[in-house]
Amino acid sequence: MPSARRRKAAKAITSDQQSTSKIDQPKNDLNINALNKNKKRSKRSCIDNCCWLIGFICSTWWFLLFLYNAMPASFPQYVTEAITGPTPDPPGVKLRKEGLKAKHPVVFVPGIVTGGLELWEGHPCMDGLFRKRLWGGTFGEVYKRPLCWIDHMSLDNETGLDPPGVRVRPVSGLVAADYFAAGYFVWAVLIANLAHIGYEEKNMYMAAYDWRLSFQNTEVRDQTLSRMKSNVELMVATSGEKVVVIPHSMGVLYFLHFMKWVEAPAPMGGGGGSNWCDKHIKAVMNIGGPFLGLPKIVAGLFSAEARDIAVARAVAPGVLDLDIFGFQTLQHAMRMTRTWDSTMSLIPKGGDAIWGTLDWAPDADHVCVAKKIKKNDTQTTGEIGVGFDDFKSHNYGRIISFGKDVAELHSSKVVRVDFKDAVKGDNFANRSCRDVWNEYHEMGIGGIKAVADYKAFTAESVLELLQFVAPRMMKRGGAQYSYGIADNLNDKKYEHYKYWSNPLETRLPNAPEMEIFSMYGVGLPTERSYVYKSSPAGECYIPFQIDASAEGGNDQGCLRSGVYSVDGDETVPVLSAGFMCAKGWRGKTRFNPSGIKTYVKEYNHAPPATLLEGRGTQSGNHVDIMGNFALIEDIIRVAAGAKGDDLGGDQIYSDIFKWSERITLQL
Amino acid sequence: MSSVLRFRKLCVTGPTLRNYESSDQKPKDVKQGIERQKVEKNKKRKKGWGCVDSCCWLIGCMCTTWWVLLFLYHCWPVNMGGLKGPEPPGVRLKNEGLTALHPVVLIPGMVTGGLELWEGRPCSQGLFRKRIWGGSFTEILKRPLCWLEHLSLDNETGLDPPGIRVRPVPGLVAADYFAPGYFVWAVLIENLANIGYEGKNMYMAAYDWRLSFQNTEIRDQSLSRLKINIELMYATNGNKKVVVVPHSMGVNYFLHFLKWVETPPPMGGGGGPGWCDKYIKSIMNIGPAFLGIPKAVSAMFSAEAKDVAFIRSMDPGLLDSEILGLKTMEHLMRVCRTWDSVVSLLPKGGEPIWGDLDSAPEDEHECELETKSYFQSYSRENNNSRNKDTRPQIQMKEPTKYGRIISFGKTASEQHSSKLHKVAPMELMQAISNATCGEVWTEYGKINRTNIQKLADNKAYTAKTFIDLLRYVAPKTMERAEAHLSHGIATNLDDPKYGHYKYWSNPLETKLPEAPDMEIYTMYGVGIPTERSYVYKVSPSDKCNSIPFRIDSSAEGGCLRGGVYFVDGDESVPVISAGYMCAKGWRGKTRFNPSGSATYIREYRHKAPSLLEGRGLESGHHVDIMGNAALIEDVLRVAAGATGEEIGGDRIYSDILKMSDRVKIELQV
Repeated sequence: MPSARRRKAAKAITSDQQSTSKIDQPKNDLNINALNKNKKRSKRSCIDNCCWLIGFICSTWWFLLFLYNAMPASFPQYVTEAITGPTPDPPGVKLRKEGLKAKHPVVFVPGIVTGGLELWEGHPCMDGLFRKRLWGGTFGEVYKRPLCWIDHMSLDNETGLDPPGVRVRPVSGLVAADYFAAGYFVWAVLIANLAHIGYEEKNMYMAAYDWRLSFQNTEVRDQTLSRMKSNVELMVATSGEKVVVIPHSMGVLYFLHFMKWVEAPAPMGGGGGSNWCDKHIKAVMNIGGPFLGLPKIVAGLFSAEARDIAVARAVAPGVLDLDIFGFQTLQHAMRMTRTWDSTMSLIPKGGDAIWGTLDWAPDADHVCVAKKIKKNDTQTTGEIGVGFDDFKSHNYGRIISFGKDVAELHSSKVVRVDFKDAVKGDNFANRSCRDVWNEYHEMGIGGIKAVADYKAFTAESVLELLQFVAPRMMKRGGAQYSYGIADNLNDKKYEHYKYWSNPLETRLPNAPEMEIFSMYGVGLPTERSYVYKSSPAGECYIPFQIDASAEGGNDQGCLRSGVYSVDGDETVPVLSAGFMCAKGWRGKTRFNPSGIKTYVKEYNHAPPATLLEGRGTQSGNHVDIMGNFALIEDIIRVAAGAKGDDLGGDQIYSDIFKWSERITLQL
Repeated sequence: MSSVLRFRKLCVTGPTLRNYESSDQKPKDVKQGIERQKVEKNKKRKKGWGCVDSCCWLIGCMCTTWWVLLFLYHCWPVNMGGLKGPEPPGVRLKNEGLTALHPVVLIPGMVTGGLELWEGRPCSQGLFRKRIWGGSFTEILKRPLCWLEHLSLDNETGLDPPGIRVRPVPGLVAADYFAPGYFVWAVLIENLANIGYEGKNMYMAAYDWRLSFQNTEIRDQSLSRLKINIELMYATNGNKKVVVVPHSMGVNYFLHFLKWVETPPPMGGGGGPGWCDKYIKSIMNIGPAFLGIPKAVSAMFSAEAKDVAFIRSMDPGLLDSEILGLKTMEHLMRVCRTWDSVVSLLPKGGEPIWGDLDSAPEDEHECELETKSYFQSYSRENNNSRNKDTRPQIQMKEPTKYGRIISFGKTASEQHSSKLHKVAPMELMQAISNATCGEVWTEYGKINRTNIQKLADNKAYTAKTFIDLLRYVAPKTMERAEAHLSHGIATNLDDPKYGHYKYWSNPLETKLPEAPDMEIYTMYGVGIPTERSYVYKVSPSDKCNSIPFRIDSSAEGGCLRGGVYFVDGDESVPVISAGYMCAKGWRGKTRFNPSGSATYIREYRHKAPSLLEGRGLESGHHVDIMGNAALIEDVLRVAAGATGEEIGGDRIYSDILKMSDRVKIELQV
């Protein structure tokens, strides 16, 4: 116990110090005493100095802390204003001066990952953490007991519900997702601005749900949908106004599911009847909604390599890639995320018709260069020269391709070998990998090779691929979600809940008064398709990984470290966020029989001007957009009673309409 | 600032100077040089090693040791935290096979619920959605006046002052811990979780405890919220009725809810007469203040409740001193008096319950036992001798006159009523004052000195007359609050006036709902001396805005300690208030309980905890009882489906049945 020894030493020093300080006083004896103590002193000096240094640092730190605490609360703002000039009022204050008041109750539906989860029952290794946050907050437990933490965060592999003996539940109330981690706001800014015009707990409701579960399972296990329904009804009853619903990210799909659920008759649905939405909902203001799924999630499921979807890795990518779990971080993360049914709700929907075939994609003419420049030097945004006209279109349709050459070749030249019949090899690594289970180990070398030989996968074949590499997960997911396009919406089978969250396989509710907004950021490169390679290492490793060496030429900036990117908000491509409101639901279509009005509101990304601005007031990033002043203003106006046309209708920066036109879909 | 700079310079220059010198001397004579060098070095160090450095050094040492200890503490394996305590009741009952059955609704009491800021004045910047009540209370010290301003309500309406919105914290976090480490509901919640409860079948009905009960509905729709959540839990948990667990003032709040929910919409919740029968299995009142608490009187009268945990309890010593400029108590009084809910805790039922000038139901109460346990709770071992000393003194000849809730002077509290000097109430009400102070803080500022003397001349006030006294000294507060709350006894419950919401929280002026299957429990601690009546004196201070009355803490003797007469109870609620309704008022079919809902009394005798136990597993204290293992077991069993008979019916240690018999109230249907 080295620490114990150190303490002893420290004690010895204390006594010594006392004696020396006594000696200090008679100054005449100083020299003699000093000489006597010479030997001891030289020994002590190092520790002494350390102590002195620590003490000094501590005291200065405390002093600064004290100054900081004693500082008047308006001081930072004062400094900011002194440097950057007067900051604009936050939208809430501004609109309050205009006389806006709280009118419609507001419902927030948080997305994946951002909602907090807390422990209600666990294994002995989680002692003392009852009702403490396992997800969200400080994540202290990840470092303290990582394996235990993974165990508790995972769901049952067969049922997609709690593993036996573990109960992890969503945090409820506004605190569930106001801040994700300390200081990293999600909903907090929006809440604060709404509060300025008079909102409070009684007319704001955070529909927190367990984002790991499939949507229907949140109702089966926690009755979350029922809870949301009765809270909406309560707020409508007490305020006399319809609610404005604000879903974010995956919450968009969750709320689509809710709208179908609430109308469906009782055993499977909420029994609200066919005009429930009309009676209770004024507007649905989707923020960054991945209506048609995310390409990112494919990479996430395929090799746990989503660049920033913040599943587990996001907590501390650098650290997790190292060896705290003994080199198996990614495998553990994969094992955990594959038990989460909700991730499968984000798999790209609509197949090749939406996401493109091997040689065609609706957004193929995207110019990446401008984006690239913007990203590289944010300071000189004014100098963007466009002038790169000689691009060729990208094969965005190939969501996964093996090798850069495959990604660029014309389809006729790609030799593909069908993988579905490939024989899966024996469990070559079952023993040595112990608990790092994932289904790759059951595939065997033959299966892996077969996958790589297929070369390129489009949105439809990606589904088959996932079914091949992760059969159990996809079987669970298949019972909960569907990814196709309906030919005939009157078909009885579409009453099943697995279709409810796919906008291409459901009708919007019969609510002609309702408005649907799609609000998302543009101007950030967003992952669209991937270049993969087979991973060299065998054994317990994930056999595929993104080929980070694949780069486009200087003028073809779309391919960067193995990822083709397109316009979007860094997570959701424009196509997924905008298509439904731009075309699929616009006017009276078969997906929108009652002609609910739709609006597309895009927010062009502008990086924060100075460091002091934090995450920026004009950001278009998937999460940071929640602090975008323009977006907040739009929401507040609608909540205070404005209609979509009062806000100025559509607001478009991207090519969404052009791209939507290219998609041929029976409407 | 400059001193700090100097300090830093000292610290920085010290070591560098030393280095410079030593390197300079090196090329000189080596053999001697080394020795001299050492001497020089030490000299320099001696000079440099001044007081400041020693301080730094000391702090460094302490920090390091602290870190090492902290590190060791964190390395300590979690599941081997030294001694293993007794198995919590939840785990034991889970092993017995109990599982969650009925949804549970928790209703917190006064003070324990957290409040957060939603809109405030500029002085409260940066506190948006931060707790200003509950939690760490750091803001009190930072900006006390601002804090008080935000906590008070409007003096006229009893609602928010303009520009300020302070709202209750929702969810289980509202009242699980009051301050860090000070549990309220947390232990109960954890034990419920052990047998399978979680967010979906457990609901904390947090409300703003400063408002009058009806106002929580008017402003926040708290009652509607409670109703809809009970209905939701009933529907989503397989049509199982709920078990309601109110604590302290939450008991009165829930009584109010029971009437509210049945009343038709404009005033009530429109649930109809069968609502309670349909949705509620049982009400398990913990430490209920059914008939009010005498403590509230002294709080209203002079802000001096001994420990009712109003603001004083946070740090009495500090607040009594001068941080607010000698006016602490006055500030507190001003804030408290804007809270209508305090008035809901005033003793109800008047003299039949609380006693008249000469007799009270508790007359036979012997304080000897109380004092003994009182001492025991503080120092069990070394106080035997003192106990022997005190015992002979407490030989009661004359029964204590508990009925006189406020008396002026110790003699007035003991004399027979015929000898008391009385002032006609009319005379009291006449006196109108001219305010003498510029800025009026409390309403005492409006009453001049002679009238105060007159109030004191009346010598003794009972549960009936103290209301007049309060009406006189705090006219605005009482006027506002009495529109929402009532403290009498109904003679005829069928009178249509009792349909008004102001009677709903008074069990003596309402009927229980038509719910023959519903069970009502009253669970409270006994064996702790509890404030029952007070000996006052006129405060000598003649300053503006000071409170003219003080508890005469020099009055001692028998049940009288520090100017306060004690009876049996849980330190806040006397037994008679907690137990009477279930012991007699509602027992069987009475006019207050027309459908004959079953009632049970569960008393828990206080046993002081040893040091290691924290706040104890067998405490009977008003708040600590929430950690009482026996009480938790009872709640769990009922929540898991047991009836009152199955958990053993009544369990009585005090004289509550005897006392109740002495209360003369018509109970026949």
